[in-house]
Amino acid sequence: MLPKQEVVAMLLAGGQGSRLGVLTKDIAKPAVPFGGKYRIIDFPLSNCVNSGIETVGVLTQYQPLELNEYIGSGQPWDLDSMNGGVHVLSPYEKRKNTDWYKGTANAITQNIPFIERYNPDYVVILSGDHIYKMDYAKMIAFHKEKDAAVTIAVQQVPMAEASRFGILNTNQDDSIYEFDEKPAKPKNDLANMGIYVFTWEKLRKFLLADEEDPESSNDFGKNVLPAMLNAGEKMYAYRFEGYWKDVGTIDSLWESNMDLLDPNIPLDLGDPDWRIYSRNPVMPPHYVAKGAHVQNSLIAEGCNVYGELEFSILFAGVYVAPGAEVMSSIIMPGARIEEGARVQYAIVAENAVIGAGATVGAKPEDVENKDEWGVAVVGPKCKVAPGANVPPKAMLDADEEVGTN
Amino acid sequence: MMRGNEVMGILFAYVHEDRVRELTENRVMASIPYGGRYRLVDFALSNLVNSGVNKVGVITEQNYQSLMDHLGSGKTWNLSRKREGLFLLPPFGAETSRTDGMVSSLASIHRFLKNSKEEYVLLSNCDTVSNIDYRDVFRFHSEKNADMTVIYRHGQSPNTEKNVIYTVDPDGFVQDMLIKRGSDANCNYGFGKCIIRRKKLMEMVEDCMSRNLYDFDRDLLQRNLKELKVFAYEATGAAYTITSFRDYFDANMALMDPKVRSQLFPMDRPIYTKVRDDMPAKYGLGSSVTNSIVADGCIIDGEVENCILFRGVKVKKGAKLKNCVIMQDCVIGEGTRLDYVVADKNVEFEMNRTMAGYQSYPVYVGKGSKV
Repeated sequence: MLPKQEVVAMLLAGGQGSRLGVLTKDIAKPAVPFGGKYRIIDFPLSNCVNSGIETVGVLTQYQPLELNEYIGSGQPWDLDSMNGGVHVLSPYEKRKNTDWYKGTANAITQNIPFIERYNPDYVVILSGDHIYKMDYAKMIAFHKEKDAAVTIAVQQVPMAEASRFGILNTNQDDSIYEFDEKPAKPKNDLANMGIYVFTWEKLRKFLLADEEDPESSNDFGKNVLPAMLNAGEKMYAYRFEGYWKDVGTIDSLWESNMDLLDPNIPLDLGDPDWRIYSRNPVMPPHYVAKGAHVQNSLIAEGCNVYGELEFSILFAGVYVAPGAEVMSSIIMPGARIEEGARVQYAIVAENAVIGAGATVGAKPEDVENKDEWGVAVVGPKCKVAPGANVPPKAMLDADEEVGTN
Repeated sequence: MMRGNEVMGILFAYVHEDRVRELTENRVMASIPYGGRYRLVDFALSNLVNSGVNKVGVITEQNYQSLMDHLGSGKTWNLSRKREGLFLLPPFGAETSRTDGMVSSLASIHRFLKNSKEEYVLLSNCDTVSNIDYRDVFRFHSEKNADMTVIYRHGQSPNTEKNVIYTVDPDGFVQDMLIKRGSDANCNYGFGKCIIRRKKLMEMVEDCMSRNLYDFDRDLLQRNLKELKVFAYEATGAAYTITSFRDYFDANMALMDPKVRSQLFPMDRPIYTKVRDDMPAKYGLGSSVTNSIVADGCIIDGEVENCILFRGVKVKKGAKLKNCVIMQDCVIGEGTRLDYVVADKNVEFEMNRTMAGYQSYPVYVGKGSKV
């Protein structure tokens, strides 16, 4: 028997993130690079450690290799602890009823034995596709104070946008009386952030009941939470104020990266009291050459910048050649932008090469038909030939070669 | 081939501290910050680890708190191991003072050497910046069937009192060895690293101790040169010995050369250092940075030219830095102008300060100062 852990966090990291296209061709969404040196999963993992949660199960299913390797022993997040720590939980073969994770709830149900080893009072359910800094300890304190069965983190969104979110309809005291998934006519402006604190005893009961129901799709939002509401359990909304962004699409991933360059947006990654930990590359500091021009950008270690850089984010080991221009773009680890190439409003994935004089993406104001504009994406290891043109909104598949046109 | 159980490393963390008094007031030679994010010991340790060595003893003398903090369990260098790993060897007992010289240091770790199983020992100072593949040195040592192989560099010897100068025949055999002041003439000068059979080393140390002889170069090596087969291996490529404050400054500035960086930091033999989890460096609107090395965690809103900025340096709007080495977490206030300044960790320059040294005489500002 392991020592009791009051709180165990379960991080749902199995999603494919198909809306990210080539970026998640070979990796799971939580492993997608973010912010110059992080991956999306660094945010929930660092939040856990900074909140004092030291036992984390990471549920993986889709393309887990890179994610598993990245998490490793959990040492970068201080999660290589003796009694708890981070554990990667993949679906496994059982005596009977072997199955993939059928839904978010089923993923937890299949790992009840893992959770029970720690005999927790509370289980926090997190997802691996949001960028935010949050003290879960405060939310758990709220949950205890309300003596709730489940507490759901919510964020106030503009009423006009509320129909894009899962909306929670609440009473005066923030107790929840209704779930309203993407309502046409929203009654409230509190959006579900996908962060849940459950009293384990209650969750366990409802998970097992849900598993018995052959009609259920074993999903938290669709099945388990409504069932708890119907049974009259105490459910509360916990209001979170601060930066929170879903990075499930190319546009939102790009925007959220760009938010790091906006001093008015409250997402400070330099806060020494709430560090975001990551597996650091072993590279020397970056070099900005004579004649280079860098404005409002983030540059990670190992980069060599000879060209021009504006409103952009360079991950570790990126090379920007003399005369190359990078604007409002995200350049992922190891990519090369060759001489005279111009990259605008684009995401260039890991180890891609943009050949000399090639152009990728365009400024929105340079595109006549606004429907044709979007962030251009060059997939991992993709080679864009010298002089080639990758139009806005295009998505080049990994390993694809683009010739001159 | 060089396997962990064949060669162990011994690092002298303190040797030659007196040459850079400014930087070693609060730390040992080995923990002098270098190149934006490193300490000198990172090069010594990474070279060993990249060459397959998995047991390293680090001999310290005084002021080793900052070094211990940096090394921790050795995890960063993959030296936190169940089998072997990193061993810190601080002085214990007053009777074996190490200030007498490296020989007495080695005598004081007699038991550590005796209980080791490795056939060979690689001894190294921590006053150099280099990336040497010791597997090549070891191969050379075996091929020559040498008793001892010393590593040297060819060129102008450093400007210090006691340089070791070797006369080497075309085969690499050391015919003669002089200990003298540095000079402008090209020569083969010692680089503070050598390979020797562990048992032979212990024998020679004991012999020196019994005769009250403590100097490694003069007493252990030069005195026995005729009886030993000593060979010399030339280390080529970018490498620097820090023998003065000026050298220190120049060795940092040398990193602006891409060739130097690629030789010191090749992809397959990286230099490891303790991580700090800083965010990537942030360049503000209106900032201007050219020909500079910048580490993670820097926030730059001013002008920076020909500088090395360590992790977490803040350059405020209107500040102008030229030819500076600015260490970890310094803050350069608005409108401050610095030229040829080396600022140690946590220095704070308030608004509109001006300070300038000269290329041949960079100004040093001590750790934690407020200007």
